[in-house]
Amino acid sequence: MRFKLIAALATGLLVAACESTPEVAEEDDGAGAVEVTEEVVVEVDPIDPRSERYIEEVLGKRVFFALDSSVLNARSQSTIRRWADWLNEFSDVNVIVEGHCDERGTREYNLALGDRRANAVKDHLVVLGIDPNRITTISYGKERPLVLGHTEAAWGQNRRGDLTLS
Amino acid sequence: MIAHVTRFVLVGIVCAGLFTDRADAQLDVGVTEGRADPVPIAVTDFNGVGTLADLGADIASVVKADLEFSGLFRAIPPGAFLQDPASLGEDAQPRFDLWRRSGAQALVTGWVSTESDGRIRVSFRLFDTLAEEGLVGFVFRGGEGIWRRIAHKISDAVYHRLTGESGYFDTRIVYVHEEGPQTALTKRIAIMDYDGENHRFLTSGDQTVLTPRFSPTIQKIAYFSYFNETTPRVNLLDLTTGRRDVLGDFPGMSFAPRFSPDGASVIMSLAINGNTDIYVMNLETRTIRQLTDGPYIDTSPSYSPDGSRIAFTSDRTTQTQIYVMNADGSDQQRISWDHDNRASYSTPVWSPRGDLIAFTKHIPNSDWAIGVMTPEPGEGERLLAFGDLVEGPTWSPNGRVIMFAHETYGIGEGTERVIKSIDLTGYVERTIRTQGAASDPAWSPLIP
Repeated sequence: MRFKLIAALATGLLVAACESTPEVAEEDDGAGAVEVTEEVVVEVDPIDPRSERYIEEVLGKRVFFALDSSVLNARSQSTIRRWADWLNEFSDVNVIVEGHCDERGTREYNLALGDRRANAVKDHLVVLGIDPNRITTISYGKERPLVLGHTEAAWGQNRRGDLTLS
Repeated sequence: MIAHVTRFVLVGIVCAGLFTDRADAQLDVGVTEGRADPVPIAVTDFNGVGTLADLGADIASVVKADLEFSGLFRAIPPGAFLQDPASLGEDAQPRFDLWRRSGAQALVTGWVSTESDGRIRVSFRLFDTLAEEGLVGFVFRGGEGIWRRIAHKISDAVYHRLTGESGYFDTRIVYVHEEGPQTALTKRIAIMDYDGENHRFLTSGDQTVLTPRFSPTIQKIAYFSYFNETTPRVNLLDLTTGRRDVLGDFPGMSFAPRFSPDGASVIMSLAINGNTDIYVMNLETRTIRQLTDGPYIDTSPSYSPDGSRIAFTSDRTTQTQIYVMNADGSDQQRISWDHDNRASYSTPVWSPRGDLIAFTKHIPNSDWAIGVMTPEPGEGERLLAFGDLVEGPTWSPNGRVIMFAHETYGIGEGTERVIKSIDLTGYVERTIRTQGAASDPAWSPLIP
């Protein structure tokens, strides 16, 4: 069982690696998701599935949102599905979901919107069978941008949900 | 961190007799018209002996700075004075003809001395040089350390006598001081006089803090804090005792606090399972009551000055808009209506006069603006100030000036973040003196 999960997640690594190629300027909708049409055999060093590197490279630490939206696009849903599988596997670990916004909103509204985004991620994890008591949400509004700048690209990077272990 | 509001005794004596208070005084400064030439006013160094002469000059410079901040007055340079201010006795009439010839329509002069108990005594007089009469005069006594407040009180008295409206100079500002990289700003609440003096910090910077707001008596500050990292909440800081406590142990985040006009309760937003509504908490019983309900964000509530109504932001339509409702949550009504319905509106703040609501407006792909509207649907919108990002208006106690956060975008860390003020004419804009980058200003009522 353990081996099977890791193998599945290693495949996920390929997808995740493709997805995270620098497409900074792209909007954060799912339209640009890379489809893997061909099996490519790559030797992958096994990564400890409980390591920070695994979470970062295999699970993916972020999902992104469209302007003023908390809708999870297809890519975000697949990221959350990987997390749900992983959380089912490691039932002793809890997760924190942070909701973030770009700077184009007033401070208090963005706190509410960040809360809505964090809960959208949480709700999807719960739908996938994760105990809600294992998920903490927190909104940072526009207080913790991922990148600097006042462009569509920067704003797209900053409208996000971040998943970390608690 | 303990912060005391300095208390002292202000003895105000209207010097009747010498001074008339006639309604037909010729000098009348309008505060509501559009762009008007500032009224030329002479403010002499206050007379004093020895080191008190320096204090007298300092007081005069604060009064001049206050009056010029308003945009309604222009201080005549002392070089243009034709009567030696030192020759002006407390009971003597000035040479009105000489002051008129130096261009002054009004004259402020004063005296500083020391009382037998060590306190300072400051008196001033305001004259109308055209009508050749005294308009108002007060005597203030207090410890020497509060001379700035005495100066601001004098400015308020002059402003009040010449405009017919109360002033806003003996006031404080709380704001969020920002430093560090913009992806990880350290934010601290700071308090200062409205002109940037007597600046000090109220929080240490260990936790991010946002949106401080004064209680009506200026004794308390409600603010949002990540003090409890798992559930950030509204905190209450007592400036007299330095005591801080969390307002309620809610299942979700509480934020966007504002005091009711009577100070007995705090209105705020609670976010529960991703949905944000408006609640009011009685500060004595700590009981809460829900005022809005629905699957959308309702936040940034602000009471009307009589406490009967509440303005707030909601995204129940596609963009955020401003709504008003009764204080019990009934009769919710949208009041922001852009002509082509593309703009979003937020952060309504009711004027202390009750006649206007200040707001933040964003038109997609355009500037941000601070404006005012009446509390009626779609009426009286006027935009007053613009910027790459402006938000969070706060009113002067007389409802004539608005401070707000103002960002000018730059490359990388080059973005400038300051607090600005704009008067209701839209012509008098100022940058408020803060210690470094600043946001989330709140303007206090007049200090009692």
